[in-house]
Amino acid sequence: MTVRVQEADFDTGAELARLTSGNRKIGGLVVFVGLVREMHVREGLHRDKIDALTLEHYPGMTEKALQDIEAEANRRWPLEATLIVHRYGKLAAGDRIVLVAVGSPHREAAFEACEFLVDWLKTKAPFWKLEVTPAGEKWVGTHEGDDKAAARWERKA
Amino acid sequence: MKVRYFAWMKRTVGVPEEEVSPPTDVRTVGDLVKWLRARSAGHAEALAEGAAFGAAVDQRTASLDSVLAGAREVAFFPPFTGG
Repeated sequence: MTVRVQEADFDTGAELARLTSGNRKIGGLVVFVGLVREMHVREGLHRDKIDALTLEHYPGMTEKALQDIEAEANRRWPLEATLIVHRYGKLAAGDRIVLVAVGSPHREAAFEACEFLVDWLKTKAPFWKLEVTPAGEKWVGTHEGDDKAAARWERKA
Repeated sequence: MKVRYFAWMKRTVGVPEEEVSPPTDVRTVGDLVKWLRARSAGHAEALAEGAAFGAAVDQRTASLDSVLAGAREVAFFPPFTGG
C-alpha cells in the first residue's frame, strides 16, 4: 500500500514495475491514469480556452484521506498491491494528474477496486482545481456525476 | 487553535490561516462557524448560512456537529474537485 502526493510528474511504467516487482500472487493489474483535458469555458460572452490549471491541496490531510481510501479498498477486496500517486501545482493540458494502480490475484477485484479508488478520491481527497484562462483564474465547481459515482459505493459498504 | 482556509475561501476571508481563541461555549465546528462569522465581512461571506463548504478537524473530515475538544487545527474548504 503506497500513497504519494507530489508536484513532479511520474513515470507510469517505472511505477508499475516497482509495484509488482517480486509479488507473484498478482494475476491482474488495473491502472487508471488521469490527464488534464483541454477544455473551454462556456460561461459569459467569451469562449476561452483553458491554458493550464493549478491543483491546490491540503498537505497532511491529503495523505491521510488517500491512505483511508486505500485502506477501505483493501478491506473490501482481496488486493495484493495498491498505489495512488496524485500531483499538485501547475499542470497543462495533456499532463498526468493521478495514477491509481491495483493488483489482485483475479481481475474482477482489481477492476472494481480501481474504479472505487478513483471515484472516492475525486470526492473525498482535499484537492481543488483552479483554471487559468486568458480572461483570468476560476475555481472549478463540483460535478454532480462525480458525487453519484462516489455514492454508488456507499451502498456496497 | 489554528483555522485554515482553502481555495476561494482563502481569498474571501482574506487570510490563508489565523490563530484564534474562541470562548469555551464554542464546542462544535458549527459553533465555531457562527463565532468566526463575526470576525469580518469576508468571514461572514465565506462561512455564510447555506454556503457550500466542508470542514476538517485536525486534518480529518468533520461535520458541523463535530466536537472541537482539544482540536489544534480546524480547516474550511469548498467541495473537493481533484482527480
